[in-house]
Amino acid sequence: MSHEAPESTRRMWRSLAEYNGAERFQERLLRQHPQQTQKVFDAPERRDFLKLMGASLALAGVSSSCTKQPSEKLVPWAKNPEQLLPGKALFFATSMPWAGGSIGLLVESHMGRPTKCEGNADHPASLGATDVWSQAAVLGLYDPDRSQTLLYRGRAATWSSFLDGMKQALTNQAGKQGAGLRVLTQAVVSPTLEAQLKELLAKYPQAAWHQWQPHNRDNARAGALLAFGQDVAALPRFDKADVVVSLEADFLASAPGNVRAMREFAGRRKLRGGLSDNLNRLYVLEGRPSCTGAAADHRLTLRPSEIEAAARALAARLGVDGGNPGPAGAPYARWVEAAAKDLAAHKGRALVVVGESQPPAVHALAQLVNEKLDSIGKCVEYLPPAELSGTDNAQSLRTLVQEMKEGKVEILVLVSGNPVYDAPADLDFAGALAKVPLRAHLSLYRDETSELVDWHVNEAHFLESWSDARGADGTLGIVQPLIAPLYAGKSAHELLAVLLDKPGVSAYDTLRESAQKLLGEAEFERKWRRAVHDGLIPGTASAPVSVSGRKPELKTTPALVGLEIVFRTDPLVHDGRFANNGWLLEQPRPMTMLTWDNAIQLSVATAEKHGIETGDVLEIAFEGRKLTGPAFVTPGHADESLTLTLGFGRRKAGKTGNGVGYDAYALRTSGALGQGSGATLRKTGETYELATTQEHDAMDTNLPENRREEMSPVRVATVDRFRENPHLVEKHEHEDTTLYPARLEGEYAWGMVIDLNACTACGACVTACSAENNVAVVGKSEILRGREMHWLRIDRYFQGDPKNPKIYTQPIPCMQCENAPCESVCPVAATTHSPEGLNDMVYNRCIGTRYCANNCPYKVRRFNFFLYSDYDSESLKLARNPDVTVRSRGVMEKCTYCVQRINRARLSAKKEDRRIRDGEIRTACQAVCPAEAIAFGDIRDPQSAVSKLKAEPHNYALLEELNTRPRTTYLARVTNPNRELES
Amino acid sequence: MAQIFAPSTNTLSKVSIVAGALIAGTGAFALTTANRWPWISNVEVAVEQGIPFSHKHHVAGLGIDCRFCHTAVEESAVAGIPPVKTCMGCHSVVWKDAPMLEPLRESYRTDVPLQWTRVHDLPDFAYFNHSIHLKKGIGCESCHGRVDTMPLMWKVNSLNMEWCLACHRNPQDFVRPREQVTTMGWDPMHPEASGSSLPPMSQAELGPKLVQEYKIQSQTHCSTCHR
Repeated sequence: MSHEAPESTRRMWRSLAEYNGAERFQERLLRQHPQQTQKVFDAPERRDFLKLMGASLALAGVSSSCTKQPSEKLVPWAKNPEQLLPGKALFFATSMPWAGGSIGLLVESHMGRPTKCEGNADHPASLGATDVWSQAAVLGLYDPDRSQTLLYRGRAATWSSFLDGMKQALTNQAGKQGAGLRVLTQAVVSPTLEAQLKELLAKYPQAAWHQWQPHNRDNARAGALLAFGQDVAALPRFDKADVVVSLEADFLASAPGNVRAMREFAGRRKLRGGLSDNLNRLYVLEGRPSCTGAAADHRLTLRPSEIEAAARALAARLGVDGGNPGPAGAPYARWVEAAAKDLAAHKGRALVVVGESQPPAVHALAQLVNEKLDSIGKCVEYLPPAELSGTDNAQSLRTLVQEMKEGKVEILVLVSGNPVYDAPADLDFAGALAKVPLRAHLSLYRDETSELVDWHVNEAHFLESWSDARGADGTLGIVQPLIAPLYAGKSAHELLAVLLDKPGVSAYDTLRESAQKLLGEAEFERKWRRAVHDGLIPGTASAPVSVSGRKPELKTTPALVGLEIVFRTDPLVHDGRFANNGWLLEQPRPMTMLTWDNAIQLSVATAEKHGIETGDVLEIAFEGRKLTGPAFVTPGHADESLTLTLGFGRRKAGKTGNGVGYDAYALRTSGALGQGSGATLRKTGETYELATTQEHDAMDTNLPENRREEMSPVRVATVDRFRENPHLVEKHEHEDTTLYPARLEGEYAWGMVIDLNACTACGACVTACSAENNVAVVGKSEILRGREMHWLRIDRYFQGDPKNPKIYTQPIPCMQCENAPCESVCPVAATTHSPEGLNDMVYNRCIGTRYCANNCPYKVRRFNFFLYSDYDSESLKLARNPDVTVRSRGVMEKCTYCVQRINRARLSAKKEDRRIRDGEIRTACQAVCPAEAIAFGDIRDPQSAVSKLKAEPHNYALLEELNTRPRTTYLARVTNPNRELES
Repeated sequence: MAQIFAPSTNTLSKVSIVAGALIAGTGAFALTTANRWPWISNVEVAVEQGIPFSHKHHVAGLGIDCRFCHTAVEESAVAGIPPVKTCMGCHSVVWKDAPMLEPLRESYRTDVPLQWTRVHDLPDFAYFNHSIHLKKGIGCESCHGRVDTMPLMWKVNSLNMEWCLACHRNPQDFVRPREQVTTMGWDPMHPEASGSSLPPMSQAELGPKLVQEYKIQSQTHCSTCHR
């Protein structure tokens, strides 16, 4: 073992400003709400001030003592439905359809309104884990900006007029076998919808079905065809892989198709009982920091266009056809050599995975390397893709647009999707669309595409409709409605039924019919009810396809000229479909911590070269098109490369999402869907304020300078150091003297452990917390003032050289301190200690002094400076969790360990005259975590899962030296570096 | 030089000191007790309803148990107001043509729910659960009073926090045998009047026994009710 300093003592930093010791950062550190003293309103005159004081005193007197409760109505059912007991939540199974693999859900329903999605543990493709999008789905359902009517050329119309219009048009098509009929869908994961589309093509043999989705698996598909001659999707089994090389594959980011991968991968990172034999090793090559890069043992920053050369070098070292060792002095040479050796040494237990945006050649090489490593069937399987009737999306759209321009398309039916916004810029989809005589569009919102069509049909949300959806492993999930369509929306099945001239056939009947084929006639009713109850049809997972590699014919990608331009979807609003979701806009992106904006990411060196700072507005030109957007200088970003985030700059997203960020699709051409070269940049001289939370809530500011490093919030060690001594954190023995009365001893003592080795910072917990606890959205201007309301935040730290830093992340909920600094300073006892160890927060007692937030060393308290909760939008009232108070202006709030869930479990335990079982209470963040990084339970019970984790040698408390005795503790991060690369 | 103050000033000043103190005291008293006055708290104010439903008639007159209509009370946080269907179970047979019940029949025909005015209405930041109180032997009567004497419903207790805490601090003063939770007029000194086979004893004797038997904890921390 070398004499390097333990990693935990090396300084970590939050932002480049902190790294460079900028004054602005130092100033921010001093206050949690740096601009709280800044005047929000104009300075009032002395006289106005006195008047206001007098009035508020008088009002305080009136409101505190003489409030008469308003009279309320009770409205029981006329005829009550079966099983529904007022005040008790019910859970129904459904699935969230998603290209790349749907996710199984159990949705909590209060009196018929869905309020919260949990994972369906019986679903083999998602294992009970969920992601940010399924957590945010409830807000999407109740979004007041959803399209609420069917429109004909912009005017409200009826469903029957739509039926008449379509019938007439289709009658004309029947004579020409549908030669002028085209249907454009997104990727289809519903076998029922696929069957309907195929039936349509059978009915109109000259018609065509096209597919376009801006984020698609064209490259993976082409790669599989090159390597194996058939379209198969790789399903990695990370639980069985000892060494994983990721070529820009962000498999630890939140997405429905990733949740199982995250669980399996995290299973190999968790160290239990002081042992480390389990630990795998992850190498990541990528152009900008990602969740996967942050979790890596070795991360190398490389331009996305250079990754192909690295992949060829890796393939060459492993003796795969198509490999090319490349120049000896290449920046990746040493790294690839070490990775190749490591892979070769773990045959059958080693794996290479590739990101969707990498060219087909990289996908092909990776699959061939997997074959060479003898890993197929062991730690990677090849399955038919979850997407049905897969096709080359880019080609499919190009053909369609060509035909539209030639006037061959007479009827175009757009089933969801928003191609006017997200089609490649060079195709001019909007221009081609104008040439189609009859255009119909099914969509949730009146979006950019809806504007340009004849018929806009308002779509039913997936929580309002019947359908089926395949998981990543092929498992067929049932999509069950939780509520009748709020605005009489229609699903894709109902639209297709119209095209098939069966307008009376409901989606439910269509689905039942297709399920009958799978479940058989015998006992169908019983099996069908079971399938709907369970949310899936059992035994529908795909069998692995047997594949054999062949010598691929690989095209060489042309060399980079000028600046590289990279297009990537946003981790939260994705390709733009969630652009009106306030939770997703406001949640900090896992690596940039940006809210309410996308930015142009570039490296420190490139920024220095062009004299750019974060916030400078840049004009980017690419293939004759231009856009402007703010720069965000990103540590760990590749040089000479610009990353543009898709999904923003929407014109017609809704009130929340309109005009947020810039539209990167404006530059994305069909030749550069992933990345392209030859971009130029120019500083416009303007600046733009970006709301990033990376410098907010810094915790180590009050620590003595000489001890800051050893008291670092994130503790990290290498596995070698862990093996030497698993007690990574020096245990400080404190003399437990206090002037305060003895802590109350309740029946239980709640505590939490967060495993930093398993957490990937995907953010599902943050969205889940917002959904469960009615956390309000505050908007960009308030975030800039440091007033974000998230009860749970995920801090991100860099360490080392900004060019290629190590990245660490850490979720921070309330620590529920036993010696809570917040409690002792509250003048009105609005925050008090429960006998079970919670720092209770009583909103109706809080007078808003904010002393508690000031005294919280972890900075987890959140204050309602204004009335942030939306009291007015009727549909949003339905979205709220009725078990949690909706907070008003002027009160403090914070994480409660989901006390409503604790109380729910406590009451059912008491009614059954037993103790609460271990694992019976799952906090919202814990329940959704794909990595199972969070454990919660009774720490007084030595047999509880959480107690066992607290007994692990690498368990530590945050800022333990302050003697706050936090109930939330962490398991230190242990990395498994390759010694060859470390020296 | 003439006197500035007339002799009466002495009296006036004394009176005004006393009166000032009295007025201030009364004001302070009014402010602090206002929440307890019936015109604020609605205690003992009978609430008019669209259909003048009488608990007195149904409970005392007919002897219907609370749980016959309030079906969720043992399972859920709320007791549950019966759907029209429950009413019609009897009223499609008895009093089936009574004009007074026309709104009921109309609701049943049209499926448009009836609207009742709330009598007991806790603030939304207090999370009360009926089922656990029944399980722990707190009778309906303890909070809702002698419902069997009310032709129209009224509150007998303020439902203020101080009133909640009075019982949460001293549950032994209010607990009763579980099987008697829906009994009106339960008296531990006369259990036989409620059909109980328990020997007569005082609440001071019975209360602590039941507290122990039912494992009643005196829950007074904030998150018991507020979250």
